[in-house]
Amino acid sequence: MDAITTPAAHTEFDAIIDTDGRIEPRDEMPDAYRKTLIRQIAQHAHSEIIGMQPEGNWISRAPSLKRKAILMAKVQDEAGHGLYLYAAAETLGVDRAELLDKLHTGRQKYSSIFNYPTLTWADIGAIGWLVDGAAITNQVPLCRCSYGPYGRAMVRICKEESFHQRQGFELLLTLMRGTPAQQEMAQDAVNRWWYPSIAMFGPPDSASTHTEQSMQWGIKRFSNDELRQKFVDMTVPQSEVLGVTLPDPDLRWNDERGHYDYAPPDYDELFRVIKGDGPCNRQRVERRVAAHEEGAWVREAAAAYAVKRAAEAELAA
Amino acid sequence: MSDWPLWEVFVRARRGLSHNHVGSLHAPDAQMALRNARDLYTRRNEGVSIWVVPASAITASSPDEKDAFFDPAGDKAYRHPTFYDLPDEVQHL
Repeated sequence: MDAITTPAAHTEFDAIIDTDGRIEPRDEMPDAYRKTLIRQIAQHAHSEIIGMQPEGNWISRAPSLKRKAILMAKVQDEAGHGLYLYAAAETLGVDRAELLDKLHTGRQKYSSIFNYPTLTWADIGAIGWLVDGAAITNQVPLCRCSYGPYGRAMVRICKEESFHQRQGFELLLTLMRGTPAQQEMAQDAVNRWWYPSIAMFGPPDSASTHTEQSMQWGIKRFSNDELRQKFVDMTVPQSEVLGVTLPDPDLRWNDERGHYDYAPPDYDELFRVIKGDGPCNRQRVERRVAAHEEGAWVREAAAAYAVKRAAEAELAA
Repeated sequence: MSDWPLWEVFVRARRGLSHNHVGSLHAPDAQMALRNARDLYTRRNEGVSIWVVPASAITASSPDEKDAFFDPAGDKAYRHPTFYDLPDEVQHL
């Protein structure tokens, strides 16, 4: 039976992809397409919830009530983004608990950027401006991803990320208009976050393993290097408004290319961090596992309460 | 957590509009699903009303039978106003 129906169904899949249509959860799709999406969406979801940690680190030490409220809203958004994405992954037939287990046991990854520490308050600004800026550059084309539920989750996420980036820029701008010590703090944060941010786009095109197939399937719309260049081109003029110096002596406008030339990040470092050898890898996963275990009683209480309410409703009927 | 049922969430953005599907979530019961839906899908006043529906309660048409299922409407162009050729001078029609 399968031998007869499968090739025809794949033709339908190919036809949808060829006309830039959208694949929906119950459509036939090649196994490799499903697996690629599960891997990518899960990794994306994991990044959102691990990303709560470096920023959550500063909620109790935010310099004002306003900044504290903003930071809490941002960290709540990251939790929400994780949930949108886990829900999108589940439409592909995986279970959220199984994905979390893979994160907790190191069998699935999250973005390398969250393995760097947030050492000062200015890091919160640098993360918003640079890290979320890089994330948006990556994510805007994902709104047109060929898999419907992923694209729709990305539309929601992109709308919310815009606030994240603007608050980060404004935070740094406030520091840059402050005392020399505050300016120095902002510059130091930019120095530390610039290269990890442009490394977020992944390995260079020459070494990227998934790009070609993902582009054919309409999951990815631009290559890593194209997105990296786009981000650099947008960010350099913003750095001038801020008055910070990006830590790349080779950074200059290239009239011929119509782009900024820049020195690439240290990809060996990127691979080391992805493999688990970054400054905070162990701490991040340990914290995640602890949060999950310490939250078990909340999940159990909610389940027990639901059972009790159902029993009460039955008695009343 | 995985044994918590899946709920589909529908949000009415404002009065006068219908509820639209916005996504899904897990929750132990309908009340918790509503509260979680509020926190997850209306953090920025995106809605004035929320429905949550157990995903298991939805009966859906099958994508495999799509062609046959929707076929009856395919050859009925006369159901559309553009099917009818009228003289140019006719107004309000």
